Amino acid sequence: MSGEQADASAGVAENRSDTVSVVLAGVGGQGILLASEIVARAAMVAGFEVKTNEVHGMAQRGGSVIAQVRFGQEVFSPLVARGEASVLGALECVEALRQHEFLAADGLAVVSSQAIVPVTVSSGQAVYPDDVEARLRAAFSRLIYVDAVEKATELGNHRAANLVVLGAMSSSLDLPDEAWQEAIKRSVKPQHVEVNLKAFAEGRRCASGEQAE
Amino acid sequence: MKELLSGNEAIARGAYEAGVTVASGYPGTPSTEILEAAVRFPDDIYCEWSPNEKVALEVAAGAAFTGARALATMKHVGLNVAADPLMTLAGTGVVGGLVIVVADDPGMHSSQNEQDTRHYARFARIPILEPSDSQEAKDFVALGLDLSEKYRTPVILRTVTRVSHSRSLVELGERTLPERPVGFEKEPSRFVAIPLWARPMRVRAEERLAKLIDEANRTPVNRIQWRDRKLGIVTEGIPYQYVREVFPEASVLKLGWAYPFPDALIREFAEGVEELLIVEELDDFVEEHVRALGIACRGKDVVPRIGELTPDVLRESRAKLAGESASPPSVVREVKTDDLPGRPPVLCSGCPHRGIFHALGKFDVVVTGDIGCYSLGVLPPLSRLDTLVCMGAGVSMAHGMDKAGEPRRVVGILGDSTFFHSGITGLLDIAYNRGASTIIVVDNRTTAMTGHQPHPGTGHTLMGQETPSVSIEGIGRACGIKNVVSIDPYDVKKTLAVLKEAIFSDEPWLVISRGPCLLDVRQRLGAPRRLNEETCRECGVCLKLGCPALEGGDGVPHVNPMLCAGCGLCNQICPVDAIDWEEEAAS
Repeated sequence: MSGEQADASAGVAENRSDTVSVVLAGVGGQGILLASEIVARAAMVAGFEVKTNEVHGMAQRGGSVIAQVRFGQEVFSPLVARGEASVLGALECVEALRQHEFLAADGLAVVSSQAIVPVTVSSGQAVYPDDVEARLRAAFSRLIYVDAVEKATELGNHRAANLVVLGAMSSSLDLPDEAWQEAIKRSVKPQHVEVNLKAFAEGRRCASGEQAE
Repeated sequence: MKELLSGNEAIARGAYEAGVTVASGYPGTPSTEILEAAVRFPDDIYCEWSPNEKVALEVAAGAAFTGARALATMKHVGLNVAADPLMTLAGTGVVGGLVIVVADDPGMHSSQNEQDTRHYARFARIPILEPSDSQEAKDFVALGLDLSEKYRTPVILRTVTRVSHSRSLVELGERTLPERPVGFEKEPSRFVAIPLWARPMRVRAEERLAKLIDEANRTPVNRIQWRDRKLGIVTEGIPYQYVREVFPEASVLKLGWAYPFPDALIREFAEGVEELLIVEELDDFVEEHVRALGIACRGKDVVPRIGELTPDVLRESRAKLAGESASPPSVVREVKTDDLPGRPPVLCSGCPHRGIFHALGKFDVVVTGDIGCYSLGVLPPLSRLDTLVCMGAGVSMAHGMDKAGEPRRVVGILGDSTFFHSGITGLLDIAYNRGASTIIVVDNRTTAMTGHQPHPGTGHTLMGQETPSVSIEGIGRACGIKNVVSIDPYDVKKTLAVLKEAIFSDEPWLVISRGPCLLDVRQRLGAPRRLNEETCRECGVCLKLGCPALEGGDGVPHVNPMLCAGCGLCNQICPVDAIDWEEEAAS
């Protein structure tokens, strides 16, 4: 093809620039799908077009889970391309490293410090790296590394760790606070709203602390 | 009002709005959530999980013969099971609209093969619609029902994983019911496919096809978007969205209704662009036809035919089209990731299937497997499954191996829902033809892998009504199996003893291993286990259970109390009694 076609690839990047992409990663059962639903609802409340993607079926069986959300004025693909995500949130260290390619060079990574040992390691087929934190710090220029389970446990429910991570992620997503509150209220059961709102706020605090350092 | 719906939820919504009154299906990823969403309209739509897809399609077809609007749902391999009624329904046609939703799984996220359902549409000479987002998923149900009634044909609505499981905004509408009353009108020449009438049906199907082509050229769901004329792309379904991302400047012919092919539209588009590219997921279904029209095009020379398309994959296609070897990486990070441990799905901690696989590991047998959670028994460290083909094959293939003279004993294993789906006929075969296989039904009283759907053994229906619970033992005896026994898979010694007797018997055995899916009942079986580090000799026997709660790899294993379900398998097999537990106070 001609040189004009090659120039058009610049247009590809431009076309994407108003679509915001978010990737969430973790292990089945950690609440990744709920977190992605909250991002989608918040963007929707803020008036954006939204598309999300997730894989079901195996998700509850302890395997790697990934969910993606994209929002903007006009969104085409529900799938995030490599290097396109402005925020990557992970509830497990190895899963954060596994999905690093999605994050843009200047993107924010929020990683909870959990290390969940997969059966492939227990059965001796693979080794869980002992330098995950060093790798995370080397990989991501903007990293918020937090023990979200500990924070959530302190707030009264360890299962709200996903909201701690989400709260920290929200610091780099241009969505109004009311949209987040509304999205959380609509997505979680009434009896869990309070702890989830607290966990989200705690995540936000972590982000402001991290950025102040 | 707009709502954020998955493609599957949108299809259910479309069925509701378009006046569907009967919806049937069999669970299968990525199609399962359609009926789970449809049953949220219990006063308007009768919904059922049928025992298998053939039955589901026949139920929907029966409804459509009475004039009602009907929906049948299944995954791609489910249509293989339902292919028999499909091929003849294409001849009889329908009265009320009949839409068959088939969800393909490119990339095989949760499937045993990667077939392209579009071939079935051409095979049966019926229309196929392909939505590219949730709004279209909803709209195409109504379109499909209208086409179905207008041309008296079943219509396939094909989704893929990324349409079914992606969410996007959908404009909701009101429900409208057809004015036609329900009531079957006798007309043997239309509804009785004996050769006398099947021959004219065959002619009518061909005539119908010509009319459908005419409408496919005019339908608004097949549309040209003129942009730069240097490159024109013919695309359909979810790849349309990727095309708009990766080739924003290109003209596009978007096919919402690909077959029968809109030839005039394809010619018009091809004539209007300098270069034509076909972007379709899986096979070269459209491309082959475009070439047959005598139109030069690019396609599978730059777009892969295996696996899912993604924006990243299409970027590579774009580079190839431009004569470059590969597109440059978007981000380069100095971080080692090639040694990260894999995290495949595993049997949950406390899963009742684990006890059976552990026991099977003690025998030199061939194990023919089947479709369900227990297929995970093939992965290390359990490694105790030898074959997996399709629903029911775990039973019939065991018998075939046995009759071929396989020197080892053969054991078939399948789940309860799979047994009802297509295991019973295989068992009947073993009893009738004097087989000697051992068939194990791992009965957890749910369709677990797809997310806990009820089935004929659960005692309740999709609509939540109570119903008799079918006895697997009773079916086994009725088939003529004399040795029918049920076991507790958490009792290691007894399980081994029963399997030993069954496996080395000259007669067929039906062993029912009974334990609930813990994800379904959401309960623990006992107190979390503890491992005494002083007593443990690090022999690794417990780790061979492949339990996610037993974390090892370096030194003494550790029981993760958050994950342990207290099933007690590990403490039964520990050779030095290093695992114990503290009895919990009743809560």
